[in-house]
Amino acid sequence: MEFQVEDSVLVNNFISGDEKALEILINRHNQRISSFIYSKVLDRDVTEDIFQDTFIKVIKTLKKGTYSEEGKFLPWVMRIAHNLIIDHFRRNKRMPMFEGNEDFNIFSVIGDDKLNAEKQLIKDQIDTDLRLLIDELPDDQREVLLMRIYKDMSFKEISENTGVSINTALGRMRYALINLRKIIDKNNIVLTS
Amino acid sequence: MENIYVNNKKECKLIKVKPETIQFLLDYSKSLHFVEKDGIVFQSNLN
Repeated sequence: MEFQVEDSVLVNNFISGDEKALEILINRHNQRISSFIYSKVLDRDVTEDIFQDTFIKVIKTLKKGTYSEEGKFLPWVMRIAHNLIIDHFRRNKRMPMFEGNEDFNIFSVIGDDKLNAEKQLIKDQIDTDLRLLIDELPDDQREVLLMRIYKDMSFKEISENTGVSINTALGRMRYALINLRKIIDKNNIVLTS
Repeated sequence: MENIYVNNKKECKLIKVKPETIQFLLDYSKSLHFVEKDGIVFQSNLN
């Protein structure tokens, strides 16, 4: 039969400076305490965190010399773990964790869809290059393209503003795009980020 | 108070924390020291 040193002896040894005693205590009660925490929180990562916090409190109390052997070591550790579990639920109640599901992703609402600094620089450069290319277009085509793309005007509004028919405005827009592509191909310009 | 008791007992299982967690605690313990001076307790972590 294997001789097992009592918890109280190990605790006293640890207080006296025997670090090995702590290792024996943790390994001895690992499963019991971990399973107790897991049975309440049902999350492996949270269990690890609470277990760690529990023993940090245990170590501090023992090293500080404020531990009194009134009860048993394990019930005392379980009580600390229990209090930390309650703290965990209180914290989560104040700030509930929402992970979303297949139908709804929280990041679709709170996500930051702005470009990062590098992508914003590239986009600005492309916009500048594109404006220079548009300036190369004949006046009538450039006018229609600017109204349609940059001023978001309808072809009806463009025709009214330029005094040409809608079909002419559509034709000028078509040629503007064809000519832009030609300039881009001719000069091997890459306009992608 | 928050009801923290599980309804589904099947979800209760025996587990152990990772060896890394235990190692962290042992290292933490070795680094932790309390020094008392003039009735004041100082805590220090010496890595």
